[in-house]
Amino acid sequence: MTLEPCDRCEEILQDYLDRTLTNEEWAEAESHLGDCDYCRRRYRFEETLRRYVRVSAIERMPPGLMVKLEELRGLDATA
Amino acid sequence: MQPPVGQGYGSRVSEVEPATDAQRIAAEARDRARFEEEALALADQVYRVARRLVGSREEAEDLVQETYARAFRSWRSFTPGTNMRAWLLRILTNLNVDRGRRVQRSPQMQPLEESDYYLANKLASTAGEEALEQEQVVERLSQDSVVTALSEISPQFREVVVLVDIGDFTYADAAQILDVPIGTVMSRLHRGRRALKQKLAEEALT
Repeated sequence: MTLEPCDRCEEILQDYLDRTLTNEEWAEAESHLGDCDYCRRRYRFEETLRRYVRVSAIERMPPGLMVKLEELRGLDATA
Repeated sequence: MQPPVGQGYGSRVSEVEPATDAQRIAAEARDRARFEEEALALADQVYRVARRLVGSREEAEDLVQETYARAFRSWRSFTPGTNMRAWLLRILTNLNVDRGRRVQRSPQMQPLEESDYYLANKLASTAGEEALEQEQVVERLSQDSVVTALSEISPQFREVVVLVDIGDFTYADAAQILDVPIGTVMSRLHRGRRALKQKLAEEALT
């Protein structure tokens, strides 16, 4: 089954952003992205989204927790 | 009269041995303290993964404390020079499964994820292609909706997405932490990211 270029581009989007494509696949994606506005926007969107998910999902450790963890130091293997 | 050889030798040993013992104990205490400090320096990064694996801040705190309690008890089983963050997370994900915090949804309840362009296409169709620009993305999807969407995808997918996209673990680390083949990590990651986008589309655009 041969995919349309945009479908193919969509298929390798994740691996492209994860940098796990083979050299040939990379070249294939680059060449299509160079010509295709639609896919280029979607790749950029995905990159933004990943960054945004990361920023939104990261919560700092509550300050009191470190104190509790410090208290666990020296715990005995038999305890 | 010469002292019996054995005794002299023995007395020398008895003077040396306690010292060697003490040195050994001191060295171990130093190794242990170093281990604990290294582990504590990673607490914030451990917490950020824990927080997204469970439903509440309290649960996340408990989980992190249980993880450190177990890590400190079994510090000798850590191989120095290997990835301590991955080692801690392996303890944490196992504890999380043990405690049944990971509520499993039955497989037939899992909808098939939409394709990778799904959210982008959805946004573009409701608000135009410009909606895909960086500032607009931030404007249209609240941070809360991201957190909610993440909490709603199936736990198996979420684990991998959280480890790789929030914890910054490599595929190989995630595979080691979860004790699954790397191919499983990749397929869960891809499906998990799609599921996340589908949830986000439902959350933010309805």
